[in-house]
Amino acid sequence: MANLPKSEELSRVNYEMPKKVWSKVETTFEPGTYCYGEKAGPVGILGLPNPREWDPADPDWKLVPDWKETMNKSFKTRLERFRSLKVFMDICVRCGACADKCHFYIGTGDPKNMPVLRAELMRSVYRKQNTASGKLLGKIAGAREMTEDVLKEWYKYFYQCTECRRCSIFCPYGIDTAEITMQARELMHEVGVGINWVVGPASNSFMTGNHLGLKPHAIVNSVESLLEDIKSITGVTVNPTFNRKGAEILFITPSADFFAEPGIYTMMGYLLLFEHIGLDYTLSTYASEGGNFGLFTSHEMMKRLNSKMYAEAERLKVKWLLGGECGHMWRVVHQYMSTMTGPASFLEKPVSPITGTKFSFADSTKFVHIAEFTADLIRNNKIKLDKSRNDHRKITFHDSCNISRGMGMFEEPRYIIKNVANHFFEMPEETIREKTFCCGSGSGLNTNEFMETRLKGGFARASAVKHVQETHGVNLLTAMCAIDRAAFPSLLNYWTPGVDTSGLMELVGNALVMDGEKKRTVDLRDNDLLLPPENSSEGSHV
Amino acid sequence: MFKMYSKIKVFTGVFIFLALATFPFWNKVFIVSKTNYEMPDANIKPALAFARENGFSGCIEDRAFMRAKHMKLLNHWRNEVVRENKKTYINSKGEHFNKSLTGTCLKCHSNKEEFCDSCHTSAGVKPYCFDCHITGIQNTNQLNSKAEAIHEIK
Amino acid sequence: MKILFALITVLILSLAAFTGVEYLHMEYVFGIVIPYAAFIIFIAGFTAKIFYWAKSPVPFNITTTAGQQKSLKWIKSDHFENPSGSFGVIGRMFMEIFFFRSLFRNTKAGLVKSSKSESFKPGYASDKSLWLGGLMFHWSFLYILIRHLRFFLYPIPSAIVTLEKFDSMFQIGLPIFYLTDAILLLSVTFLFLRRVFIPQVKYISLIADFIPLFLILAIAFSGIMMRYVSRVDVIGVKELVMSLTSFSPALPEKVSSVFYVHFFLVSSLFMYFPFSKLMHMGGVFFSPTRNMTGDSRRIRHVNPWNYSVKVHSYEEYEDEFREAMKGAGLPLDKE
Repeated sequence: MANLPKSEELSRVNYEMPKKVWSKVETTFEPGTYCYGEKAGPVGILGLPNPREWDPADPDWKLVPDWKETMNKSFKTRLERFRSLKVFMDICVRCGACADKCHFYIGTGDPKNMPVLRAELMRSVYRKQNTASGKLLGKIAGAREMTEDVLKEWYKYFYQCTECRRCSIFCPYGIDTAEITMQARELMHEVGVGINWVVGPASNSFMTGNHLGLKPHAIVNSVESLLEDIKSITGVTVNPTFNRKGAEILFITPSADFFAEPGIYTMMGYLLLFEHIGLDYTLSTYASEGGNFGLFTSHEMMKRLNSKMYAEAERLKVKWLLGGECGHMWRVVHQYMSTMTGPASFLEKPVSPITGTKFSFADSTKFVHIAEFTADLIRNNKIKLDKSRNDHRKITFHDSCNISRGMGMFEEPRYIIKNVANHFFEMPEETIREKTFCCGSGSGLNTNEFMETRLKGGFARASAVKHVQETHGVNLLTAMCAIDRAAFPSLLNYWTPGVDTSGLMELVGNALVMDGEKKRTVDLRDNDLLLPPENSSEGSHV
Repeated sequence: MFKMYSKIKVFTGVFIFLALATFPFWNKVFIVSKTNYEMPDANIKPALAFARENGFSGCIEDRAFMRAKHMKLLNHWRNEVVRENKKTYINSKGEHFNKSLTGTCLKCHSNKEEFCDSCHTSAGVKPYCFDCHITGIQNTNQLNSKAEAIHEIK
Repeated sequence: MKILFALITVLILSLAAFTGVEYLHMEYVFGIVIPYAAFIIFIAGFTAKIFYWAKSPVPFNITTTAGQQKSLKWIKSDHFENPSGSFGVIGRMFMEIFFFRSLFRNTKAGLVKSSKSESFKPGYASDKSLWLGGLMFHWSFLYILIRHLRFFLYPIPSAIVTLEKFDSMFQIGLPIFYLTDAILLLSVTFLFLRRVFIPQVKYISLIADFIPLFLILAIAFSGIMMRYVSRVDVIGVKELVMSLTSFSPALPEKVSSVFYVHFFLVSSLFMYFPFSKLMHMGGVFFSPTRNMTGDSRRIRHVNPWNYSVKVHSYEEYEDEFREAMKGAGLPLDKE
């Protein structure tokens, strides 16, 4: 990260269009602007084609001789399987409404990051293979052959899309670039072209149950160390269980929450909450990953990783599933899981054991989001909260892409924040809720070698954070997504230093008034609380 | 047959599309049950007595011109008569005519139903000439006195 | 280049019809053969495209949710932006198709210089011009299309007469100038100009984006020509059209060549339609991100090709990590 340009410099984005038509602009791979290629190891573990060591910056990608036929055939198969792909290939009118909606376009000014052009990279090939005009008229009809140059272009730009769906909201036909990017990545995987930062975690998740590759004992150890922190900060002893049969609820969260800052504070929040309400739950080391990098690989890989959740729920004979804070996990759980690996007839329709609320909106998937669960607890006055313990935080909330546009959960987190903290400020309207900007690192692009482009991709989001930092003194960005929690610290440190990143449940954990707790002087991160003047009685804020 | 998904919705949609697109072909079956569209009778002959009496060879302009452009001509006449007091029209043969719908045109084309309405109805045109010039009067004799009276006042 | 190519294509089409009728007297071809062929190509091509789409399933529920989900009872959900049932989907689709809901959201992004430092930040301004231009274009086109039914129907339904009356309410000129003609010309011109003058839109435009614009402009222009400038015999036109729709084609007495140009351009548009981006007319109904409900956790969506995949089972996992699990005190299925 040492040789990154200054933020002033990076903020001067050039939106001028190149002189050359886009199909003649060569694809280059400069350090910092592309992700490393998938390595032989993880590719082999997952049984994907053509495992090898290669570098996208090398002219020779060591492709198999018949890669083109394989790809063309796969394209046909995908068209037969997905109506969305056919329709999205056929009906774009190139009105340009999506053009300046992409955070990567806003941050890079590269025309191929305009969603319409990103999709044209694929549409041009589609036309050549599938339309009469494309076959007959070729270039005049905007059609072109699949070639190695085109493949390189795909690699660069379909790994410069975070599948955030912001453009789709503005498209008059709802053309979803996320869908197109997913298909393009899926096709590239068929010929052994992918990025290691997706395939690596996917193979980890396949083998060990989580992206970080944490083995069972490592998970237990890291949770135990969090328990020690909880004990020292709150004075409360928490005893979670692992792989316990017969628990009522199986709780699944992204593995980063077990291990990496600032996710671990979110984890402490979960643990405190469950202890506080006496929830009968268990964690699993086998299904120890909420996230699903299969989503960024292929539909098949998504299913291969996702199936652990129901399998483990069935093995442990729990009644239903509760899920932690993660963006793309919820895209999968909300829109794919029941279809892919359901029906989960061995589970029961989810009911809150504390409030008796029936979560009928999750009757099929039997999977409830922690924010839905917690909002219901607060609404029914089942938890004791001291809002003032978040008084040292001026908070803004970042709607994570998948939670927003792939699920539609906007109110629950806001309701929770307003109940656990006193200082909450919204970012500008065009940058939140359904119009939220991605962190720029989603869909498996959260890798260090890609930092320059990630920073550009996060420019739009960070600028909105900077706005509330300048106007309201915001010093904490809260987000319900593990990739956000991993990406924002470096992103915000670059664009708008002085703003930390947290999960939602960390704030809940700070505010929770536990039975038998000691007087709290620090938050879950060991930061000093803004304490009221001496002698004011404890718990007066409840 | 090939496999298809969401069949009911797709077939309903396609049915509606086809029904709308072919509407011009099948509407006759439901809307006009007894007859096909009949052209306005092109062979109706105007009563040329008036023209002959006044020494004119026939209509002021030829048939093709009149069919396509009579409304422009009449509009032009109105403006000239009312605004510029130019009351005489000289046609391509050098003949002089009084610029008057009722005083000239309708003298020969005396049956409004045949000469005006049949085509206007067929093409869905509603000229506003008759907002003033004829209102519910189908007999040209009655009409003439009324219309001339109006023009005299001016 | 792209623009010139499209322009020339449309000019050639217009000239072909004009020369064909004016000098080669091919009224039969341009008035009867091509219109019939165009119509058949249009409905067959359109239907085939729909069936082509319908042959592929919608394997997953991929609604884009642009509003609050239906979750806890006390949280107000957004029926239309995140439909939880078919009522909401119908509402959402209705808003999308008739009022271009998504385009209404449109904004324009640009860089704004920070007042405090040398850096810039993106700023967003509401931009409804594309929405308004698009809406005016589509509505006036539809209006004009319906108004043209006066050539296809007898007797003419009073609704169409009313539409026409409304369209000419200002009584400008004679024949009275139609408002929709003006709106159509203005909006198509606007859509064309933004394609030329907005650099991003120009950069993404293909020949296929200019052809329909020029074609529609030429259609509107020839239509206006024959109504207001070089008049055509409307009764003759109606005679031809009625003969076509009653399957007893007959050419009328001489009708101006301008009409045949107009008729041929319309035929060209119809023939071009099913093979072009114009199929967005059918496609907008097929977009899974808009026409599905957002309640995918409540009701299971079924994927017809959901095949089984290779998984790493718990048994394999336990076999692999048994010792470590035992050491960490984790319960085991097999000791």
